[in-house]
Amino acid sequence: MSEISLPQFNIQIGNELTWNVQPLLHEIRHALGELLQTGKTGVIDLRSIPLAPGEEETIIDTLGCGEVHAKLNALGPSEIYETRFAGVWLITHYNEENNVIGRFIEITGFPDILKSQHEDMAFSLNQLEQALDEGPGSNKTETQAETNT
Amino acid sequence: MTKDLSRKDKTLGEALRSQGISRRSFLKFCAATASMMALPPSMIPTIANALEQARRPSVIWLSFQECTGCTESLTRAHTATVESLIFDSISLDYHHTLQAASGHAAEAAREAAMEENHGKYLLVVDGSIPLGNPGYSTIAGISNYDMLMDTAKGAAAIISVGSCAAFGGIPHAKPNPTGAVSVGDIIKDKPIINVPGCPPIPVVITGVLTHFLTFGTIPELDHLGRPKTFYGQSIHDRCYRRPFYDKGLFAETFDDEGARKGWCLYKLGCKGPTTYNACATTKWNGGVSFPIESGHPCIGCSEPNFWDGGGFYKAISIPTENITKTTMYAAAAGVAAGVAIGATGRMKKAAASKAHQKVTIDDLDK
Repeated sequence: MSEISLPQFNIQIGNELTWNVQPLLHEIRHALGELLQTGKTGVIDLRSIPLAPGEEETIIDTLGCGEVHAKLNALGPSEIYETRFAGVWLITHYNEENNVIGRFIEITGFPDILKSQHEDMAFSLNQLEQALDEGPGSNKTETQAETNT
Repeated sequence: MTKDLSRKDKTLGEALRSQGISRRSFLKFCAATASMMALPPSMIPTIANALEQARRPSVIWLSFQECTGCTESLTRAHTATVESLIFDSISLDYHHTLQAASGHAAEAAREAAMEENHGKYLLVVDGSIPLGNPGYSTIAGISNYDMLMDTAKGAAAIISVGSCAAFGGIPHAKPNPTGAVSVGDIIKDKPIINVPGCPPIPVVITGVLTHFLTFGTIPELDHLGRPKTFYGQSIHDRCYRRPFYDKGLFAETFDDEGARKGWCLYKLGCKGPTTYNACATTKWNGGVSFPIESGHPCIGCSEPNFWDGGGFYKAISIPTENITKTTMYAAAAGVAAGVAIGATGRMKKAAASKAHQKVTIDDLDK
């Protein structure tokens, strides 16, 4: 099958288009320094910065992958991983159609979204007590979603 | 008893929990919302707390001289999660296209919502209002003007969605055969939020609704009544092709070397410098791209009179030869140069608009 030559737009020739990649990486460096010194966490919303096609990938490639990789299933999937720089996390939220609805770089010891939330724990306590009342093995504990539908 | 509360009496937090949405999911939603509304991520906890306590407002949506593109934009939104949550958190009591009721039942629903929620409901309007002849556009035998005046009386605020409702839009383009005007041309005693665009970006529509839900107030507006969050910066200033503009590298035609290399589309008529909207960062189709990224100049659809602005493919002004030099002299001069060119462009646009000749059927046949 012969290859069709498709017109290519937005080709990046030479240097970065927006020059936003380096400053953003420096911002992460400063935020990480501050986290170490003062404990103050930071968040950068990647979608608030004009980036040319390919530049977001450059940032993500530079940060690389570290030791922790977590996946959420909350109103669509979310992917959370620590980059190769400890304390620098990349968080990508998708909707149920797998479109990206938010991408953040968090500079923190542990992202808040991964922690169990107080309201959910209170609900779970109730569910666990119900399960115990019904006896072990009854397996009738409803999920939060099932209970309320 | 809490369980006896109707859906309208529930707070958003209660409504979401009753649908089985965990707090963690809600926080994720708030993070996406903060990003959508261009708020700093540090605002996420504030949004979460405010939205949890928000009560579902009644929304009445009126469609006048319009093409339904604004509703299409909203309902075809790719960020379905965000949109569906927003719509779960409002009570959409009247909308021609989306409601199941028709005829007298539909009008009865509007009247009931107006009575029940007098002074508190949000009125959303898309489409312009014809003043030339009331018969040009009617709903259930009621002229658009009468329906707007009647429904606006008890509204807490009005959101004019789309360029037609905000500025008159295409129906208002010369020769404006129906005498089309915007909502703001008629209503003077209510807060009006203009959300222009042809169509507006879906998340901008929901972003305004979310702002109202979150803070209970209308967002900060610019001189044209548009929320600054989304319309505070020009397409040009947020465009990833901007560095090419600063270097003086332009596509001269749609198929030349500059076009293939993704250079600035200014000379091909791009209205980015005079257009204020969030396309360059929010983008379209689930964040895939926006017109300039797809190789087409911005047509300035979120600006007043964009249809009469002097031609979509005609450069708004010719950049000075030494634009690169000028930019070099002024550190961070990009914005300054953009503002200057933008001002020149606006003047030229105004002149073009004034000089625009009406097009006849004969002209189109040529």
